Formats: sequence, C-alpha cells, structure tokens
Amino acid sequence: MYVSPIREPLIRGGKTYSQVTKDIMAPMAGKPSIYWYIGITISGIAALFGAWASYMTVYHGIGTWGLNKTIGWAWDITNFVWWVGIGHAGTFISAILLLFRQKWRTSINRSAEAMTLIAIACAGFFPTIHMGRLLLGFFILPYPNTRELWVNFNSPLLWDVFALTTYFLVSLVFWYVGLIPDIGTVRDKAKNKIRKAIYGFLSFGWTGSARHWSRHETVSLILAGLAAPLVLSVHTIVSFDFATSVIPGWHTTIFPPYFVSGAVFSGFAMVLTLLIVTRKALNLEDYITINHIESMNKIIILTGSIVGIAYLTEFFVAWYSGVEYEQYAFMNRAFGPYAWAYWIMMTCNVITPQLFWFKKIRTSVVATFIISIFVNIGMWFERFVIVVTSLHRDYLPSSWAMYKPTFVEVGLYIGTFGLFFTLFLLFIRVFPVIAIAEVKSVLKSSGDNKNDTHHE
Amino acid sequence: MSKYITAYYSDEVDLLKGVKLIRSKGLEIADVLTPFPVHGLDSVMGMKRSRLSVVAFAGGAIGAISGFAFQTWVFTSAYPINFGGKPLFSVPSFIPVTFELTVLFAAFAMVIAFFITNKIGPGAKTVIHDERITDDRFLVVVKMDETKSDNALSILKEAGAQGITLKGE
Repeated sequence: MYVSPIREPLIRGGKTYSQVTKDIMAPMAGKPSIYWYIGITISGIAALFGAWASYMTVYHGIGTWGLNKTIGWAWDITNFVWWVGIGHAGTFISAILLLFRQKWRTSINRSAEAMTLIAIACAGFFPTIHMGRLLLGFFILPYPNTRELWVNFNSPLLWDVFALTTYFLVSLVFWYVGLIPDIGTVRDKAKNKIRKAIYGFLSFGWTGSARHWSRHETVSLILAGLAAPLVLSVHTIVSFDFATSVIPGWHTTIFPPYFVSGAVFSGFAMVLTLLIVTRKALNLEDYITINHIESMNKIIILTGSIVGIAYLTEFFVAWYSGVEYEQYAFMNRAFGPYAWAYWIMMTCNVITPQLFWFKKIRTSVVATFIISIFVNIGMWFERFVIVVTSLHRDYLPSSWAMYKPTFVEVGLYIGTFGLFFTLFLLFIRVFPVIAIAEVKSVLKSSGDNKNDTHHE
Repeated sequence: MSKYITAYYSDEVDLLKGVKLIRSKGLEIADVLTPFPVHGLDSVMGMKRSRLSVVAFAGGAIGAISGFAFQTWVFTSAYPINFGGKPLFSVPSFIPVTFELTVLFAAFAMVIAFFITNKIGPGAKTVIHDERITDDRFLVVVKMDETKSDNALSILKEAGAQGITLKGE
C-alpha cells in the first residue's frame, strides 16, 4: 500500500503559544540592530533624493523629464504600473489564498499586505506628479464645483482613480482588521505605560471574546471575497489605460489577464525579495520556512508561464491580424532600437522563472533571492517595453522619436524605493510582521507539535 | 454583571471539553476569551451565525445603485457631453466605477458594523480580564448566582479549569 509522506509542518521548532508570541514580537522589542539603522539611513537618503526630484519637477515643470511630444508617457507610467503590480501580491495572498484555504499564507500575509499598501502609495505618486501642477490634483475627483463640470466617466484614467483608491482603502481595512488582535497582544505584553496606552488605543479595546472572534472570522472571509475580485479588477483597469487606446501594441484584448498575471508574478517576486531578507534578519526562519518559499516559487512558475504565453500570443496575433502597424510595432519591439529592453524582459520573465521547475533551485534561498530580483527587473522592463516602444514609433514616421530618462526622472524612481523601504523598516518595528493569532490557529493542525493532541 | 468567576485553560482542546461540560451542568457562560479563533467554539457555546454578511450585501447594493445612478445623472442630465460620438448613457463605461464603489461600500459598511456590534473602536475602554488571553490562555467568564456559588466553583473545578477566581463587587 502506498503511504503518502507526512507533510512538513507549516511552523517548525515545536513552538508553544507563548513562544510564538515571544518570537514574533522579538523584533519590536529593545533597540533596533545596527543593520536596521544602516537600512533606514540608506532608504532615507534615497527618499530625500526623490524629494529633491519632486521639487525639481514641481518647481520647473515636466520639462525636467525626458518626455517629448511623441513619448508623453514613459518612465513614470512604467514605474506606476510596476508599483501597482507589486502591490498585487499582498491582497492576493490574504484574499485569494484565504478563499482557497491555503494555510501557509498565515506566515506571510501580514508583511505582504503591508508591502501592498506601501507599494500602492508609491504607485499613486507617479500619476499624481505627472500632472505637473500638483495643486490641481483634486480635479480628478468628482466634486460639485462652480463650473458645474464633472469628471469623464468614460475614461480609463478616471477608472484608475476609483480602482486604486478603493484598492488602497479596502486593503488598509483588511490589513488593520487583521492587525487588531495582534495589537491587543502587543498592548498586553507592553511594560511601559505610554506604549501600553498607544497600543491600547490602536487595539480598539480588543478583548479576544469568542463572539468577537466569530464575527472577526466572518468579516475576514467576506472581505476576502470582496478583495479577490478587487485585486483582479485593479490591474485590469490599469491595463485599460492602454488597451482602450488605438496605439499599435496597446490595443489588444489580451491585456487584462496578461497584466493581472504579470502583477501577481512581480508581486510575489518582491515579497520573496523582502521576506528572504526579513526572515534572516529577524530570526523568523521557523515561521517563514523553505516550504513557504517553495510554495511562492510555484506561483511564480505559474504566473511567469502565463506571462510568457501572453508575450508569444501577442506576437502571433500581431502577425495573424494582418494589420501592418501592429506587425511593425512588434517587430520594432524585438529588433528595433529598444530591442535590448525587450530581450532583457524576455530573459528575466520567461527564462529565469522556468528554473524553478528544478526542486533544488526552488528550495534554495540564495537562488530564489537572485531569481526574484531578476523577475523584478524583468517586470519593470516589460512595462517600459509596452509604454515606450509602442509610443516611440506609431502611425506617423515624421513624429518618430527616441526617449532617454533624465536625472530627475531616475531620482523620482529611487525616491519611491526610499519611501518603500523606509516605511517597511518602520513597519517591522511598530507592528508584528507575522499574524500572531493566525499562526497560532494553524499551529496545532500543522505545527511540529501536532502529535501532542492527536493521540488521546 | 456584578459578580463573576474567571477560570482559564492552557489548551483549546481542554477548553472545548470544559465549555461543553460547564454548559451541560446548567452554568451560564458569559464569555470565552481566546488568543485566536478556536474552531468549534461557536457551536459548543451555542452562538448564532453572524449576520454581518447581510450588512455587507446592503452596503454593496447601496454602492452599486448610487454609483450607477450618479454616473447616469452626470452624463445624461447634469452636464451631457458628447465624447467621440459615444452614447451619453453608455452602460459599459459605467461598470468599472460601479464595481469599485460596490466593493468599497460593502467593505466599509461591514467593517463599521463589525466595530459597532462588538462595541470596539479607537480608544474603546474594555475590561481586560487577564493579560495572557492575547498570548496563551483561554479564559472562561461565568456569571455568578449568589445562591449557587459553591456549586459553580465545583463545576468549574470538575471541568478542569485552572486559576478559578471570584471577581466583581
């Protein structure tokens, strides 16, 4: 008779409940390590660089960027789409994996959701600063005004405003509702009076009552049900920015699923990049195990392959459509002046994730870290290829042009990195990086010590 | 609740057995405080299913209807503009915003209802019976009946609860 091997426990080390509390709260206690200070100094400098670039953009105008009349969208919209994509992993992990009852998500959902919120903030920065006149930014919202004008509800750019705002707010609520019990834990463990008062306020008076827990479970499940289609809608709507236009290379129906899978692909890569460092730095290897990394790598193979097929389909459809502009756009991508970007994208997104078919590679922390960075780079170039190569040579050869980013544009991008890492480093000091209560709820059925209760 | 007894367990399996026993002996359990959601506790305690899903549906319906109606009003009566010859009442264009508002209203209505029914919120003052209930203790709160206090204590002892203490004034 075939006996299937017992699954590896989700949490290692035979932890008790109080050990779980202690381990996960350890990074918040005491003084931060020297690496934390080094990290926040570097990211703070990067954020300041971004602040300088923002100042240049706002004070001198969009002329400080490398845009021209042919290429009106370039570096910033690339970054916008890239950051939105990264923001997809958190809610994917906490919503869709919750609906699929994937218990391994409990170790990673908290930090991935925090990452989502920060990434959406970074993403929102780019279209906002692209307006040039930031003071008039509120024009994108429908509000009663003396001109009696309303926004254009036919425009995908307006849909973006609604999609991103809703996504940010719902993700924030989802994240915070999940955090409340853990803030309660922090409050009850706090020795210092001020600390206790602050966390007591933030914990909303959480008592751990069974009735509250029962409702908490209901709320989490329904929020997951609401957030799951929301995640899929956000990048779908972002892809409409392109797909509803008539630019060759943009005007395709494959964009929504292609963008969504690309978003999950890059989001998981960024989660891996961050968590591999975090688990090591905060000694959380018992909680975020090789199994977690392997599971995420499997999702990377899946979404990476979907992205690969989408690239090939786009090429095929361009040829099969018989539209010469469409055909030219794709030949130009692969063999034109920006071919280097196209081939970086192809290598990083299509070839490198396929290495995860080898068990040795997908269970190796170092290999995963390296490949996750390749995927991050590849997905950035994907957006660059879509935005810039489609625009730089369209219908009218007399207006063909080339695009090069300026120092200011690069500064804005580095600035969002600074913002991202600064906020993430603050997050790991202020809130528990792993959902303590959720980990405890999977401890018995899947922790190392599950045998203690099963023999009775 | 003037007088009550608290007692704790250190394992959720013992808790479930204990709660079942306590209830079968006719003792009323006011509350059970646990560090994480214990599965099966709802049915053992005889709790009803939460109706928060109804609130979510109502919120979603309000979001959907008001979002769609607002866009229709703006485009057909408040300020009709011809965008590239498209119809003024263009239903497909209204769908994305309608969908987003549905999700937004449903989520916020439900979460606000969750806070209200639980009576928790920013800075809410609640009684923390034991600081370890958010760590590793499963606390049972039993209402006290003056006449049967000895009985209650013995039932709790029988149910294997630890740290049985009388509280309240």
